[in-house]
Amino acid sequence: MKLTGGYTEEMRKSIDNVNKTRSKRLDEVCAHMTMKERDEVLKNYHPDYKVDVKRALAYGQNKGDIVPVEVADVLESYPLINPDDIDLSKIDYDVGVLIIGAGGAGTAAAIWAHYSGIPVDDILVSSKLRHGDANTVMAQGGIQAADRPEDSPLIHYLDAIGGGHFDNIPELAKALVNDGPEIIKWHKDLGVMYDLTEEGNFMVLSGGGTSRFRMHSAKDYTGLEIFRVIRDEYRNLEIPTLEFTPAIELLTDETGRVTGAILYHLETKQYFVVRAKTTIMATGGFGRLHVAGFPTTNHYGATMDGVLLAYRTGAKLRNLESTQFHPTGAAYPEQIVGLLITEKVRGLGAQVIGRNGEQVCYPLEPRDVEASAIIRCCSSTDNYIETPTGMRGVWLDSPLIEEIRGKGTIDKNLAAMDRMLQRFGIDMTVDPVLVYPTLHYQNGGVLHDEWCHSSVPGLLIAGEVSGGVHGKNRLMGNSLLEVNVFGRRAGIQAAKEIKKAKVGKLTLDHVKKTVETMDALKLKEKRYGPMLLPEYRSEIVRDRLVQLYESSL
Amino acid sequence: MSKAKTESKNTKKETTGNVKIYIMGSAYEVPATLTIMKAMEYAGYKFTRGSGCRAGFCGACSTVYRKEGDFRIYTALACQTMVEDGMVLTQLPFVPADKPTYDINNLTPSANTILRFYPEVARCLSCNACSKVCPQDIQVMDYIQFSLQGQIDKAAEESFDCVSCGLCAIRCPAEIPQYHVAELARRLYGKYLMIAPSYLDERIKEIIDGKYEDGFKELMALSKEKLEERYKNRDKE
Repeated sequence: MKLTGGYTEEMRKSIDNVNKTRSKRLDEVCAHMTMKERDEVLKNYHPDYKVDVKRALAYGQNKGDIVPVEVADVLESYPLINPDDIDLSKIDYDVGVLIIGAGGAGTAAAIWAHYSGIPVDDILVSSKLRHGDANTVMAQGGIQAADRPEDSPLIHYLDAIGGGHFDNIPELAKALVNDGPEIIKWHKDLGVMYDLTEEGNFMVLSGGGTSRFRMHSAKDYTGLEIFRVIRDEYRNLEIPTLEFTPAIELLTDETGRVTGAILYHLETKQYFVVRAKTTIMATGGFGRLHVAGFPTTNHYGATMDGVLLAYRTGAKLRNLESTQFHPTGAAYPEQIVGLLITEKVRGLGAQVIGRNGEQVCYPLEPRDVEASAIIRCCSSTDNYIETPTGMRGVWLDSPLIEEIRGKGTIDKNLAAMDRMLQRFGIDMTVDPVLVYPTLHYQNGGVLHDEWCHSSVPGLLIAGEVSGGVHGKNRLMGNSLLEVNVFGRRAGIQAAKEIKKAKVGKLTLDHVKKTVETMDALKLKEKRYGPMLLPEYRSEIVRDRLVQLYESSL
Repeated sequence: MSKAKTESKNTKKETTGNVKIYIMGSAYEVPATLTIMKAMEYAGYKFTRGSGCRAGFCGACSTVYRKEGDFRIYTALACQTMVEDGMVLTQLPFVPADKPTYDINNLTPSANTILRFYPEVARCLSCNACSKVCPQDIQVMDYIQFSLQGQIDKAAEESFDCVSCGLCAIRCPAEIPQYHVAELARRLYGKYLMIAPSYLDERIKEIIDGKYEDGFKELMALSKEKLEERYKNRDKE
């Protein structure tokens, strides 16, 4: 197949259309949708509103909730361990606070637990992969914080609530927006390189669904820059960390309180018993479940382990019916399908264009609306572009950015995007990028209050694993904010709680109960969870897998 | 290792069909359209180490390879690089590199600070092996030289796109952990030289003083309909 600048001849023809209309579109941005138009496109095209990809949860405190089948499959699963095989009398780690998950939320929680008075030796952090293998480092576009005089926490609140379809828990949304400026200040004090204008103000952009320029960025490596700074701080504090050692169950006591966890070392295959006065769950989201068959922007370990473990102890969940599809995942070339093309590309001025060279919709609708409009274009019109592997997509007119803001803007502000596309032969300063929605974020999760308490004593919640902050749809830049705000709050709260916490006898009674419940459900297929890591080996390989040692132990 | 005869290394094969690659010495036929990471999974490897974000941001999948009949050492991020016929590859599971601890609040943005924690920076031979090996195409040697000269701003800017894969530190004959040096330089720059605008502190004070509490109370008490009305009519900058 002959490629010119990375694209096929057929795609080139459509790019010509995009080029022809560009100068005309410079000052002719498509109008916003009305609320009615938004509702219509959501109902007809958003995967959340499709019934055939969902089912009702069969057991537990959220029984009857309609969730994606992939989510139900995880929640309706047998434990990986037989509770009777685990010796709970031998405690390997006895700590004040156990933090499960070492992305943005877990790392912030650990630092703030220490700032709030917990000695580092009384903290333990469990990470499934390396410290920082998390969605946090992949967040490109920015972090929202209402710090400018033209803005206010109240306006940020209204944006977040409206974007979330008025289903956010008000107290959580308030905590999110009110702590924003404080978080930016914390980051600045640690040395985060937020972009500044020549006048010395924060360089800020607008995101989908925001009514102010509020998106603070560090090029398009914002999450990476924030995270590597707080991780460096964490390492300076010498907080104990177990890498490649995820939690595979929580522990409870006779009162039902969460009292720590069973950790499992992925390389040495040992388990460890951790007793903790307070446990913070910060395990992140579920992109690797590939909800509704979508590719994902998420990291390798995003398998919803924390929601499952918390559910087994009786924690209430919320908004798991709702999944965020990012409007612009890469649709071409094949090697990067599903990877994120940051919203910042549209924030800087790029428009969404159909095969004919005309705009598909206003480029900065809230994410679910924008994604639905793109799905509509690709499924009910013929105004889409088809790739050689049969994937459909629309153009993101990135060259328009430099028409608006001048040459060099992409190099300066979108270095990560530019680099990734260059690696696969595409120059986004000259040619548009083909995009289609991709699975991006777990909108719902474990319910908690504004100080991170779940419905189960002893268990605090922070970050993407949680539910309620964003309602049914998260706005861009509110997740980097969330992991910091609620990570910090969880750490502060843990320091308060461990002073009065009483931990009873360690048990796995809730796991035994899970086994009984699963038996009663008589599932057709016996599934086990947590998933820990997704399976990507080829069919040929999987057909020939043999387990040699397990039974001989 | 048995070496299969392959076509000339410089002509790229068609992007269809299979290619032969060697994973830690063993040969596998894999589809030519895959990245190194997906090819290893196709061949049967399930990653524990060596796979993180899968999108070029985390540095978990740093890969070292040679090509048959070619003496050069190549490096790549496995998730961001397509397989080529005749690749002989392995991954770096971990990079040992000491990171000293410091209190960022008690430092000055200067060459002395860099040298205090990383005296080995002065051993740089200017061989440029670090820059050649960087999968992000960062001029690593340049930022090491900038930090040695106390040009903290330039060191921070040049190293900004670093994903901490550690390949530079492994290749360096002067045994410098470049990516840790870069982190210190960036933090010094971000904290001491990129000053936050004054409105940030003003807003924080307003929030602490409760300036917005009445507004929140009012918004949180509104019915959904009223709130929707307010949302629809909010002004946009």
